[in-house]
Amino acid sequence: MAEGDCNDSLAELYTFLDGELTDDKRVEIRQHLDDCSPCLERFDFQAELKAVISQKCREEVPQELRDRIARSLGIEADSDA
Amino acid sequence: MADQAHFADQAMEHMPALYNAALRMTRNPADAEDLLQETYLKAYRGFGSFTEGTNLRAWLYRILTNSYINSYRAKQRRPDEQELDEVEDHYFYNRLGGLEAARQSRSAEDELMDTITDSEVKAALEDLPENFRLPVLLADVDGFSYKEIAEILDIPMGTVMSRLHRGRKGLEKRLYDFAVSRGITDPVDAV
Repeated sequence: MAEGDCNDSLAELYTFLDGELTDDKRVEIRQHLDDCSPCLERFDFQAELKAVISQKCREEVPQELRDRIARSLGIEADSDA
Repeated sequence: MADQAHFADQAMEHMPALYNAALRMTRNPADAEDLLQETYLKAYRGFGSFTEGTNLRAWLYRILTNSYINSYRAKQRRPDEQELDEVEDHYFYNRLGGLEAARQSRSAEDELMDTITDSEVKAALEDLPENFRLPVLLADVDGFSYKEIAEILDIPMGTVMSRLHRGRKGLEKRLYDFAVSRGITDPVDAV
């Protein structure tokens, strides 16, 4: 695989993972990844890391805060009436 | 024109995501709670200016972000943005060869991912300088597009992309450093 293809693909790694590429460009990179396992591994790693970041640190809203916000909106709604 | 009476029906479902974004922005649960309440009050009052059928989630995030920038940013330490420029691309990946777990196989690489804890991801995000933290949060945690992030933060799309790029490098370095400090690897140079 030509090194230029690797560089072109790596330059678009994040736009690819972020779903920001045109269909044509996406297909082009997919084809390169089918043929180039070093690039595929790198893309896989970054995709997994992105998934880990999005899945971790999801904390639930404390019920007390939900109530506080609902109350503050409710009070305002009542005073408008 | 959106009707205020419908605000709660539409806006409350976004609270968990907004709450977590507020936590990462303020880095402090008490401030995050106040910021979230302020955001919902402002959104409720301004709901008449929201065009029904457009992107409510992005609209709420814009209010959250503006409220954060106006009320909380001043309290925080000055970020060191220079440091990020010294971090290379794919910092973590380039050092995988030094990780005992990842050396073996692909599935071991998955296990390595599993060892990354909630508190490490939190700390890595919260340690990023703010200019970089917000784009990374919006892209990687909340899944917004570059265009939406540009609108939420009111910066050009090219700036979104370059800050994301630099922010992600910083994030990777922190996560790698945590792996090292857990003893999963000795510090190594890039292979």
